[in-house]
Amino acid sequence: MAATRGELGDKLSNLSLFADLSAAELESVAHIVDERRFAEGERILRQGLSGSGFYVILAGEAIIRVDGKEYGRLGRGDFFGEISALLGDPPVADIVAARELHCAIIPGPALEQFMVGHPQVMFRMLQSEARKLRTATRWRS
Amino acid sequence: MVVVGSGPGGLQLSYALRYFGVPHAVISADPAPGGMFRRWPFFQRLLSWTKPFAPFERGTRFYERYDWNSLIPDDDQHRAIQPRLMDGTSYFPSRAEMEQNIATFARETGIRVRYGCRWTGTARDGEGFRLRTSAGEYRARVVVFAFGLAEPWKPEIPGIEHVPHYADTRAPETYAGKRVFIIGKETSAFELANGFLPWARQIVLASPRPTQLSVVTNSLVGVRARYVQPYEDHILGGGVVIMNASIDEVARTGSGFRVRTTRSDGGGTLVFETEDVIATTGFQPPLGDLPELGVVSSGREKIPSQTPLFESISVPHLYFAGTATRGAPGLKKNGIPSSSGAVHGHRYNARILARHIARTYFGIDPARPTLKRDEVLGYLLSELSRAPELWHQKSYLARSLLWDSARGIIDDGIVPLQLFVDGDGPDGVAVAVEANPKAEIYPAVYVRKNNVVTEHLLPTNPLLDFETAEHRSQLTSVLAPLP
Repeated sequence: MAATRGELGDKLSNLSLFADLSAAELESVAHIVDERRFAEGERILRQGLSGSGFYVILAGEAIIRVDGKEYGRLGRGDFFGEISALLGDPPVADIVAARELHCAIIPGPALEQFMVGHPQVMFRMLQSEARKLRTATRWRS
Repeated sequence: MVVVGSGPGGLQLSYALRYFGVPHAVISADPAPGGMFRRWPFFQRLLSWTKPFAPFERGTRFYERYDWNSLIPDDDQHRAIQPRLMDGTSYFPSRAEMEQNIATFARETGIRVRYGCRWTGTARDGEGFRLRTSAGEYRARVVVFAFGLAEPWKPEIPGIEHVPHYADTRAPETYAGKRVFIIGKETSAFELANGFLPWARQIVLASPRPTQLSVVTNSLVGVRARYVQPYEDHILGGGVVIMNASIDEVARTGSGFRVRTTRSDGGGTLVFETEDVIATTGFQPPLGDLPELGVVSSGREKIPSQTPLFESISVPHLYFAGTATRGAPGLKKNGIPSSSGAVHGHRYNARILARHIARTYFGIDPARPTLKRDEVLGYLLSELSRAPELWHQKSYLARSLLWDSARGIIDDGIVPLQLFVDGDGPDGVAVAVEANPKAEIYPAVYVRKNNVVTEHLLPTNPLLDFETAEHRSQLTSVLAPLP
């Protein structure tokens, strides 16, 4: 019989980042990650402030903002904060909730252990980073 | 306004509201003050310490750093009630001593509560609320729920209805010679396991997530040091089994239970035959009809999501006090949580909330004291070294000074750090005590200049003395942009 998945496990199972995990692994991940809802206009990542985390959007929309200027939007299944968490540097952008935002969170210091323990998630994250890199370098070709 | 609850959260808030002169009613379903401490913890001793002898004089503000359990008055006469009631056998008060501590504060400071008045329903009333209670209806512009996390919660597992919750644990001697299967690996699971060590034949603890120990996470996250004994027993093969597994099903058998589990590490299925099962899966706030009113929550504990000033993010004018203020997590830098889940943290949140309510809804805003520029450095370093608010609520509460064009440098008091770094306002500085997973504790300084906030982390110190020449010199440089 499959493991019973909680509410969060269900939400995570529908995101591509966690698509390769078994029910038992998902249940375990749902117990590891933190959850938080942000009010419209609330800052989640803060440009220049240390100690942030890795966030996956479960619902809602977020704005990427640098020096007060909007650079794009993020939605369900998108994640942010990984560069800051991986490199140990403060974020170079603000992330602000465009409307009520629901996120799963892994604290920065716990990200390495999480990724090494869940290589399928790490691979999906790497694919996503590769896509971002391809988009960023398209102008060269 | 109305405050619901007479545990430490509701009492501390009522005290602080009275200090500002805010008229309000406190209602409580209980017959007496003390909240959860009239029943729990099951094994009768708290996790939160009170040191009768500390580096600072009892009954002073700085002593509060060493006393996690007393509520906080504004005069020295009612400070440090908890150590008065302890007998020296432990620096953790007994459950009864804690209950007495809360009741003594309520009695000596004259907090008025309508006991035996149960909140039964909520409706909007224009900008405010109508609260239905067992003793009639209350109308309020503002309502604060300080109802604690009092409702036992169990996850949806087939057969879980047969399983007693932590709240239904029997007397320990009734587990003599029995096998006990505990669902959960948080502190309350280990509290029971620790208490059963002299009684049970075998103890199994299982949940999907690996055990976390506070002495390893270097924070309040994980099982607290007092209950680590079962973990050591497990490591040394003494009869306690600790497993990372999800619980698939619990079935009744003739003599007890059959528990089917799937190991999280891909190790397959394991089935346990056991006489007793207990779900130590936590408590939730008794939200009643608040979700229908529009109050959103998050996490397994369903704690209402809040702004940095403890207001529901989805229902304006509806606030929380006490342990429910964990729903305002703050910056959570380095993943280290606030201490709002316990008295030593949320007692300071109540003061902040009372000030906010007094100012916003009642126009009561007493003038704050001012400082001369040459007093700023010494004052901030002293606060960083000693302020109980900053030490109990790391990266969460801050001492804030504001540069006001008319009055000069204003001591704006203790504020939520998130509010300072995210809010617009006059130039100023906020200082907090922060920590990282390496167990380093250090000062953090946030300077706001033309509505841009910069962060400056100062070095740690082996004796946690932040008044050294090095700290003075670094803070002087950090403050240089402020006139």
